[in-house]
Amino acid sequence: MKVTAFNFSNKKRGIKRRGHALSLYLMALPGMLVIAIFCYLPMTGMILAFKDYDFSMGVFGSKWIGFENFRFLFESGVAWRLIRNTVGLNLLFMVTVQICAVITALLLNEIVKYRLAKIYQSILFFPHIISFVIVGYFAYAILDADIGIINSILSHFGIGKITWYSEPKYWPAILNFISLWKGLGFFTIIYLAGMVAIDPEYYEAVRIDGGKKWHEMWYITLPFIKPLICINVFLAIGRSFYGNLEFFYNVVRNTGQIFSTTDIIDTYVVRTLTVLGDFNMAAAAGLFQGVCGFILILLANWVVRKIDSESALF
Amino acid sequence: MAKKLSKLNNKPFEMAIKVIFIPICLISIIPLWVIFVGSFTQDKAISDYGYQLWPRIFSLEAYTHLFTTPGLIGRAYLISITVTVIGVIVGITLMSMLAYTIANKNFKLAKGLGFYVLLTMLFSSGVVPYYILVTRYLHLKNTIWILIFNGDLINPFSVLLLTTYFRRLPQSLFEAAKLDGAGEFQIFLKIALPLSKPAIAVIGLLTMLIYWNNIYQALLFIDDQRLYTVPYLLYRLIFEYNIIQEGAQYTGTITPYQSVRMAMAVLAIVPVLFAFPFIQRFFIRGITLGGLRGGE
Repeated sequence: MKVTAFNFSNKKRGIKRRGHALSLYLMALPGMLVIAIFCYLPMTGMILAFKDYDFSMGVFGSKWIGFENFRFLFESGVAWRLIRNTVGLNLLFMVTVQICAVITALLLNEIVKYRLAKIYQSILFFPHIISFVIVGYFAYAILDADIGIINSILSHFGIGKITWYSEPKYWPAILNFISLWKGLGFFTIIYLAGMVAIDPEYYEAVRIDGGKKWHEMWYITLPFIKPLICINVFLAIGRSFYGNLEFFYNVVRNTGQIFSTTDIIDTYVVRTLTVLGDFNMAAAAGLFQGVCGFILILLANWVVRKIDSESALF
Repeated sequence: MAKKLSKLNNKPFEMAIKVIFIPICLISIIPLWVIFVGSFTQDKAISDYGYQLWPRIFSLEAYTHLFTTPGLIGRAYLISITVTVIGVIVGITLMSMLAYTIANKNFKLAKGLGFYVLLTMLFSSGVVPYYILVTRYLHLKNTIWILIFNGDLINPFSVLLLTTYFRRLPQSLFEAAKLDGAGEFQIFLKIALPLSKPAIAVIGLLTMLIYWNNIYQALLFIDDQRLYTVPYLLYRLIFEYNIIQEGAQYTGTITPYQSVRMAMAVLAIVPVLFAFPFIQRFFIRGITLGGLRGGE
C-alpha cells in the first residue's frame, strides 16, 4: 500500500473529492437533461386536461375549464367503454397467460431430456421478440376476409367466410389468443427457472409417501412457485390501466367497426389526438390514465413488496 | 440427478407432453411461416387464393422488386439503420454514464438520481403534453432528430440493469485507482466499462431492438414519406395501398404489393432474428441468477 496515501493534507483531499464530484455531475448531466426534457417537462403539460386548448394561446394561455373535459368523457359513455376495454382486456390477457404459462412450465419441468426442453423453450420464446408490426401482418394474412388463411380453410370446409374485421364480438378472443401467443414463452421461462430451483429432496419425500406425479406438482412445485405467480399477477394488475398501444394499433388497425370491444385508452388518446385533432379529450383521457395507473402501480408494488421485497419495482 | 430418476417411469406421460408441445411450437412459428411463404409467392396467386402454408406459385418477384426498385422502401431502410445506429451509440453512452453515477457510493445525488430515473417508469405525462412539447416548442416534428432523441433514448430498465452491474464490480479496483490519482471519468472509462462488456452488450441489443421496431415516434411525428422508418412504412402499407402505387407511378411498373409487403416484413425481422439467441441467453441467465426466485 502506498505510503503517500497517509500524506494527504486535508485541503488536498477536499479538492480531490470535489473534483471527483464534479466529474460525476458532468457525467450524469446529459442523461438527466434528456430525461428532464422528454419525460419531466411534458408533465407540466398535464394541466391541459383542465383547459380548452387553443393553438394561438399555447398551453399556459389556454382557458381553464375545470373538469369539463372529464365530464364530457364520462357522460358520453366513452370513458366507461375505454376503462372496461382497457382493464378488462388486460385482466383477461393476464389470467390466460399466467395460467397457461404455469401449466406449460409444469410440463416442461417434467421433460427428462434437457436439450429437448431447451428447444421447446426457445421456440416458445421466439414470438416474444417479434415486433407488433409483424404481428399485425400475420393477423392480416390470417384474418382478412378475402385472402386470409382462416377464411380459406373455412370455405374449404363449406362454412361461410366471416368478415373478422367487422364483428366486435370475436375480438376479445382473437386479441387474447395473440397476447397468449406472444407472452407464453416469456412467462414459461420465468416459472420454469423457479421450478428448476426446487430441491429434489422434496419430490423424494412425496414419492416415499406414495404420491404420484400429480401430487408432486400440487403439493411441492406449485406452492414453491406461488410467490412468483403472485408477483406477476400483481404487477400486471398494477399496469392494467396501460394498454399496449403497439399491439392494438397494429392488430386492430383503427378499424372503427370493432371499437366497442377493442378501443382502449391508449388507442383512443392517440387517435383523438392525431386523427381528430381533439386535444382536450385526448389530454383528459391521458391524465385520467396516468393518475389511475400511478395509484394502481403504487398499490401493486406495495403488495408485491410484502411478498418478496426484492421483486418489487422499488 | 435424483429428480431425473423419478421421471423415467412415466412413458405415456412423456408421449402426452410431446403431443401437446409439438402443436404449441407449431403455432408459435406458423404465423411467421405464413409471412415467409407469402413473400415467396407470386402476388397474383395471393390475390386469387389468399395466403397459404406453402407457395401456390413460387416466385421471387417480391424480392427482386425490393432490391431493384428500392425507392421509398430503400429510403426507409436507410432511415431506420441511421436512427438505430446513432440511437444505440448515444443511448449506451448516456445510459452508462448515468448508471455509473447512480452506482457510485461517494456521490451525494446518487439516490435521488436513481429515483429520478425510476419515476419515469411509473408515471408518464401521457401523449398529449409530449406531442405538444415536441411539435410546438421543440419544433422537432417531421425531423430525423425526433426519431433519435426522444423518450426512448434513456430506458430506465436498462439504466437499472447497468447500475446493478456496476455496483457488483469490486470496489477495491476503484479505490486503488483513486489512490493512484485517477479521476472518476478515467475510472469509468478504463475500469468500469471494460469490465462491464457483457452488460453493455445486452443494453446495446435491447436498445437496438427498441429503435429498430419503434413505430410510436414516427406515428406521432412523421408525415413526410421520406422520413418513414421500416416498421412505420410497413404499418402504413397495411393501411394504405396508394403509397406503393405512388412509387409505381414513379417507376412505371406494377408493384406486386401483397408479396412485397410480406417480403419487407421478412427483411424487417432479420435483425431481430440475429439478436434472438443472444436475447434468449441473456434473459434466461438474468432470471436464474438475478432477480426472480421461486424456490427456497
